[in-house]
Amino acid sequence: MSSDHDHHDGNDDHELRVSKIRDGTVIDHVHGGQALNVLAILGIDGTKGEEVSVGMNVPSDRLARKDIVKVEGRELSQDEVDVLSLIAPDATINIVRDYDVVEKHRVERPNVVEGVLSCPNAGCITTGDEPVTSRFSVLEDGVRCSYCETIVRDEIASLIDT
Amino acid sequence: MRHDHLITSKQLSRGDIETVLDYAAEIDADPSAVADRHAGTLLGLLFFEPSTRTKMSFETAMKRLGGDVVDMGPVESSSVKKGETLADTVRVIEGYADALVLRHPKQGAATMASEFVDVPLLNAGDGAGHHPTQTMLDLYTIRENAGLDDLTIGIMGDLKYGRTVHSLAHALTNFDTQQHFISPESLQLPREVVYDLHQRQNGTGIKEHDALEDVLPSLDVLYVTRIQRERFPDENEYQKIAGEYQIDADTLAAASDDLTVMHPLPRVDEIAPEIDDTDYAAYFEQAHNGVPVRMALLDLLLSEDESIGGEDDE
Ligand SMILES: [Zn+2]
Repeated sequence: MSSDHDHHDGNDDHELRVSKIRDGTVIDHVHGGQALNVLAILGIDGTKGEEVSVGMNVPSDRLARKDIVKVEGRELSQDEVDVLSLIAPDATINIVRDYDVVEKHRVERPNVVEGVLSCPNAGCITTGDEPVTSRFSVLEDGVRCSYCETIVRDEIASLIDT
Repeated sequence: MRHDHLITSKQLSRGDIETVLDYAAEIDADPSAVADRHAGTLLGLLFFEPSTRTKMSFETAMKRLGGDVVDMGPVESSSVKKGETLADTVRVIEGYADALVLRHPKQGAATMASEFVDVPLLNAGDGAGHHPTQTMLDLYTIRENAGLDDLTIGIMGDLKYGRTVHSLAHALTNFDTQQHFISPESLQLPREVVYDLHQRQNGTGIKEHDALEDVLPSLDVLYVTRIQRERFPDENEYQKIAGEYQIDADTLAAASDDLTVMHPLPRVDEIAPEIDDTDYAAYFEQAHNGVPVRMALLDLLLSEDESIGGEDDE
């Protein structure tokens, strides 16, 4: 279904790409190489028959190379968008209904993300069997466990609790 | 502002700290005045890792306030051994006790536990995290000996795993202090702690060193902590490093006559016994201060009509 516009030349043609979705979400301006992490955050691994198109490292005006993720039949919740912002701070979210973009917004970094990332500190109380939801506060340049206070700056995507 | 739990020293303002220290001094001067204040009150002691001193100090403090303690006993003989979660344990003991004291090997344990209980919870050490009641008695001792403003303090030893150090460093940023951290490179302050110290506005001076001699003459207080053998894979490496962070009479020849030497105890050989009888030594006094300080904290947390820090100090 998307093979036709994969052959477009380098210009920012996401309007065209977007128009190929009937109902769902287009996550655009994801930093190059992060698309699979975006899918991980959304819990999409293809096993449930989700219809997804991914463009990786396509040329972009705003970012040198960008990824783009199109999810058919699903509108992202604010929570999901919040977490996306941690790995895709420049992303734009386009909500599509009946081929039209009905909403378009930038992601905003939340102050806190809950139940999404797991703490990398083996000595943290959240890594055991306690009935506790992980909680991280969002710093300018990373996230911080609200329990053990460990700061993670790189590889936030690797903490995603899938 | 009112605090229902005491989890980290970061939650305490200068006003909070002064309230506790002033009250501890009052209690110290006349313990009999509060002898019956908490008759019938039970303090639950949950020590998931052994700490005879801290536990006895809380027990003494509660009994001197007229109350009593219930103790879950050693972990080996408790339901924890059978796999009960901390969240369950605190919810059960909350039913027996009016306040809880928690010592736990995992970082963040006290924060999590406090989310499951309504009674006041005091963190008595969570892994390499925090130990705020130790900090309060450290501050009390520092204030008695050297004052808390215009203070130059050296904190030496294992700064990486030392929760007493982390808590103390945070608390000191409320005062006009210069903090010098002296450690081998492998045991420097965790970057998280450094981050927090630098986040504090109105910059408290923070400097890191690897040799005591760089700063010793300028210090009012030298806070020594133990470097543990088990942090080093190789005994020789330990011997080499530990030796550089031990003090004796010769070391202190370069110090000010007014220097106060502190240690959270137990010590092994970080401070030579020949220092014990000198005016430098404040570590036994420091340990004794644990009781009035914990009495003050318990009383403030257990009294409905009072709180730590009646009003904002800002
Ligand atoms: Zn953690």
